[in-house]
Amino acid sequence: MLKRTPLFSVYAEYGAKTIDFGGWELPVQFSSIKEEHEAVRTRAGLFDVSHMGEFEVKGKDSLAFLQKMMTNDVSKLADGRAQYTLMCYENGGTVDDLLIYKKADDHYLLVVNAANIEKDFNWLREHIFGDVELVNISDEIAQLALQGPLAESVLQKLADIDLSSLKFFGFQDDVHLQGVKALVSRTGYTGEDGFEIYCRAEDAIKLWHAILEVGKEDGVLPCGLGARDTLRFEACLPLYGQELSKDITPIEAGLGFAVKTNKEADFFGKAVLQKQKEEGASRKLVGIEMIDKGIPRHGYEVYADGESIGVVTTGTQSPMTKRNIGLALVKTEFASLDTLVEVDIRGKRLKAKVVATPFYKRAK
Amino acid sequence: MNTPKELRYSEEHEWVRLEDGKVRIGITDFAQSELGDIVFVELPEVGAEVTANEPFGSVESVKTVSELYAPVSGKVVEVNEALNDNPEFVNESPYEKAWMIVVELSDPSEIDNLLTAEQYEEMINQE
Repeated sequence: MLKRTPLFSVYAEYGAKTIDFGGWELPVQFSSIKEEHEAVRTRAGLFDVSHMGEFEVKGKDSLAFLQKMMTNDVSKLADGRAQYTLMCYENGGTVDDLLIYKKADDHYLLVVNAANIEKDFNWLREHIFGDVELVNISDEIAQLALQGPLAESVLQKLADIDLSSLKFFGFQDDVHLQGVKALVSRTGYTGEDGFEIYCRAEDAIKLWHAILEVGKEDGVLPCGLGARDTLRFEACLPLYGQELSKDITPIEAGLGFAVKTNKEADFFGKAVLQKQKEEGASRKLVGIEMIDKGIPRHGYEVYADGESIGVVTTGTQSPMTKRNIGLALVKTEFASLDTLVEVDIRGKRLKAKVVATPFYKRAK
Repeated sequence: MNTPKELRYSEEHEWVRLEDGKVRIGITDFAQSELGDIVFVELPEVGAEVTANEPFGSVESVKTVSELYAPVSGKVVEVNEALNDNPEFVNESPYEKAWMIVVELSDPSEIDNLLTAEQYEEMINQE
């Protein structure tokens, strides 16, 4: 039996096609991936991301515990701010990538990938020390993401706080959105401005309808995982299981900014990641664009000079620019811009080249 | 879902239009709707031989790649080059603008193995 979010019952009303996504029955699209993608780039789109996991970490040793578990420097996090970080194994491979919200010195919220909830929870619990309480509240919490240039003006119609005061990666707890109490965070996974909204599971349907209702005149569309994937891909935001895994380190994936090897605390993977930072990793995540006709896809092998040099982690045709592009994890000596490579597309070696990333960056 | 009565259908969701010893082939309205936005269509060259129930090309949507299975055997005598630049025809006009190939039948009796519109509709209603 596939797991369902608290919003499952509204999908059909909005024309959703659902798929099995890591054991969850989730909407891949409502209208069309292209239309939804375009809505988010030019207006705004609403996503049900309630499958994501939420853990609370409480207690006076919370910071010391998180400093040990996380690659980023959690001590730099102020109250009301969120931080992107990773958890690694001692060998530098990635357990997961996640957001940490700091509510108070002794109270943090962790938001992890749906497919990793159990693994992450066990990993954290195994290493817990001191006065720390770890609680998995995933089933009580729903998450909606409203993303796009009009996200602020749409959500403002429902909110009892001035959303313009919320800076990128800032959040506010206990916001009232037309009667629904929520944590509102200026974060996202699309490369656009926008908000991630955490509310109680039983309030999710009310909030979903309310946002789509006030967003109607601005063309806000319900969006599925298909558009979420093409949007995050164009912005080169990693997806665990593709750009990251237990066999891929954050340094290889180009996420060195979230690995603070100079922080005082020791953390899982520190030695390996420090060495990779200083000496360079043997593999690197790069952007590729097809020269020949064809679309690179997850898992396709990449070649140069007749030998295999890596693999495509994500690829598609960009819905807005129509470029056939991919992210590929390749040997570092083939990672410089304009390097000619070949992608094995169902038995045919087709020409491609290394190009600059991200593929999409919003105008400020 | 649109399923024109005068066409024949394969279980792999291709349609076949009989044209005087030759057949025109494409994918059905049901298939395009299941696949979503089509962004790339790969077809054989004129002169290629196709075999019934074997792949002859592929269609790619934003999310996935799907193989196209030949409903009949024979030689490809025409290919719809317009789909190179306009793969969206598959979504917009699956039975007209998005025909894919024309095949000269090597065994006209293979037509009898194909589904009628009624049979095809019944099949997709069960899916």
